[in-house]
Amino acid sequence: MSHGDLSFMSTLTDPPKEQFRLSMLVNDTRYRSLTFQAIAALVLALAIWYLGNNLIQNLRAAGLNISYDFLGDRSGYDINQRLIEYDSQSSHASAALVGILNTLLVAVLACITATIFGVIAGVLRLSNNWLVSKLMAVYVEIFRNIPVLIWIIIIFTIMTAVMPGARAYLGENPERELVFGLFAFTNRGIYAPAPVWNDGSMIVVAVFFVSIFAMFAYRRYATKLLYDTGKLLPMGWPSLAILILPTVIIFFLLGQPIGLDAPDPLANRFNLRGGIQIGAPLIALWFALSIYTGAFIAENVRAGIQAVSSGQTEAAAALGLRPGRIMNLVVLPQALRVIIPPLISNFLNITKNSSLAIAVGYADITATLGGITLNQTGRAIECVLLLMLFYLTASLLISMGMNLYNASVKLKER
Amino acid sequence: MKNTVILGALTIAGLSAGAAAAGTLDDVKARGKLNCGVTTGLVGFAAPNASGEWEGFDVALCRAVAAAVLGDATAVEFVPTTGKTRFTALASGEIDVLARNTTWTFSRDVDLKFEFTGVNYYDGQGFMVPKELGVSSAKELDGATVCIQTGTTTELNLADFFRSNNISYEPVPIETNAEAQQQYLAGACDVYTTDASGLAATRATFEAPDEHALLPEIISKEPLGPLVRHGDHEWGDVVRWTLNALISAEELGVTSANLAEMAAGTNNPEINRLLGTEGTLGEMLGLSADWAKNAIAAGGNYGEVFANNIGEATPIGLARGLNAQWTKGGLLYSPPFR
Ligand SMILES: N[C@@H](CCC(=O)N[C@@H](CS)C(=O)NCC(=O)O)C(=O)O
Repeated sequence: MSHGDLSFMSTLTDPPKEQFRLSMLVNDTRYRSLTFQAIAALVLALAIWYLGNNLIQNLRAAGLNISYDFLGDRSGYDINQRLIEYDSQSSHASAALVGILNTLLVAVLACITATIFGVIAGVLRLSNNWLVSKLMAVYVEIFRNIPVLIWIIIIFTIMTAVMPGARAYLGENPERELVFGLFAFTNRGIYAPAPVWNDGSMIVVAVFFVSIFAMFAYRRYATKLLYDTGKLLPMGWPSLAILILPTVIIFFLLGQPIGLDAPDPLANRFNLRGGIQIGAPLIALWFALSIYTGAFIAENVRAGIQAVSSGQTEAAAALGLRPGRIMNLVVLPQALRVIIPPLISNFLNITKNSSLAIAVGYADITATLGGITLNQTGRAIECVLLLMLFYLTASLLISMGMNLYNASVKLKER
Repeated sequence: MKNTVILGALTIAGLSAGAAAAGTLDDVKARGKLNCGVTTGLVGFAAPNASGEWEGFDVALCRAVAAAVLGDATAVEFVPTTGKTRFTALASGEIDVLARNTTWTFSRDVDLKFEFTGVNYYDGQGFMVPKELGVSSAKELDGATVCIQTGTTTELNLADFFRSNNISYEPVPIETNAEAQQQYLAGACDVYTTDASGLAATRATFEAPDEHALLPEIISKEPLGPLVRHGDHEWGDVVRWTLNALISAEELGVTSANLAEMAAGTNNPEINRLLGTEGTLGEMLGLSADWAKNAIAAGGNYGEVFANNIGEATPIGLARGLNAQWTKGGLLYSPPFR
């Protein structure tokens, strides 16, 4: 199309040119919303500038300046629960990292268990068994209506008061024997055996991973065979056998390369030594977050299931599916679409609520960077900004991941 | 999104508000009340008694300052603070003075920008263990679980002590003395460590105090004293010289018993200057002439305050030790009132 054509066409289709007047910014609905948005943005920018400027001036007047140099300094304090190498000679930055990992640890653990509790309670709440459904209703109402901080403290206090001290397990003639010779349950936490990886242990681990893979391959094959030919292969026991047998055989063939390091009651007069210790603060926080958020998830699950029309269940029943199958194959996959979006916000809540760790002395990021580091260095603004940044990033990443998952289960419109 | 930005900015603005507040003396006079930061409860140092009134060694200092400034020892609002919240409370202006077993250290003085106005108790960090453990020295604590209050010098000293002795420990960080006591008694930790005075005070509240031993090692210097915000020198002077007045009063033999008599005039010019019958020391501080007399009347001189709250006749039973007057082999030494 040539230039001439274009101008010709536009003169034909354009409405008569209208003079732009300033009053139109307010009176004309086409511009009005833009005007107000521009004014709001301007006011917001001014407010931020004013507050920021005020902050900087006040800091300068008080002789304080924002600086993150302290992160490189020696922290000087010890942390009881750490997933990476850390001691009092390490920097404040590593203390913050220890805290971040601890936050993520408890958040991930609690998200998993809260989902399990929630799904079980949500499904059982719809049970036809009166007692079961009422029990679940009581669970949901009790737990979601009492603040999670109170639950954390209650669980921790009960643990410290009721469980035996670590010393009960110590010595030649202890008051209490290790459970199975491997576990100790004390008011400082649970002591469990740790695996010891000797030569050849990696082969066993590798075989185990291959077995997992093989198990899924078998199940796939069996399903395909069923759909294609109608021939039904057994699922349950072969899966289990593929998963376990090769690993066990290799384990013994190689002469048991993976050992167990059980907690030792004789090595120290104060504590059990060796093994893995899961501290009481972690347990209390993990359990409280799971059981509290589980109550919310239960409600989401119930809502999701009830959103699937009962016709679906009846149709599945008419086809002869057993109740368990109806739930797993028909109802839950459809209910997931309703359940996942609120589940995202529950996961975010768990992550943020994990900052209550400080109440029981669990060394999360709020307790290390936002607690001891902040206190010992006096760098309040810097630490709080970093904390905000961390929680914001973590929350955004979680929502992003869950939104991706949501996109994969939601109704595919073709 | 926009809301988050605004909230964030408000938070920061809130953090910055209250910085650099000068003129505390005028504020206190105008308010008619002194806001004094104390512990959340450490019997003997600062704790509410059965009728809800705050009592203790640190509380007595707050009352003395209130009496010196306002002429009324009861015009004090006590603000309980934890090891962690105390500095924010002082820096933000929520309290005028902090009297909470707080150790004078370089970084608190210089970097956190506070002004320590003296030392009211020379202390050091100690350890308490149940006697049944049979521990006789802190060096035998390898592997022990140790309760500590967070945000204190205690947790830093502890890390250093164990490191330099090449032994290990498990820290249990705790917010307040009350929680630490509960955890320690439940056996969730083997050892409780804090200032030796605090240990004695805590042990005194146990049901069976003699089942617990204080270990001989004192692993640090903990000069405890009141502090104010840096930069407000007039107010710093008021708190410093109130403490000095209590110490000098003991040295000069001014007690609550003979105060009225001495305030009528004596032939010791220093006592006269202190009690305001000679010279204009009160005026120089911006206070009334009888400021020191009021401060001493509030709870007696330093020795009386010590004896009534934490001394050997009390359940806490602390000896004067380093906290005796310099004339008696201790470290207490007030500059002259001149
Ligand atoms: N002097 C040390 C420790 C101060 C401290 O926390 N003392 C404890 C025990 S002596 C206390 O006063 N606790 C009372 C409370 O928990 O409020 C410091 O200044 O950091």
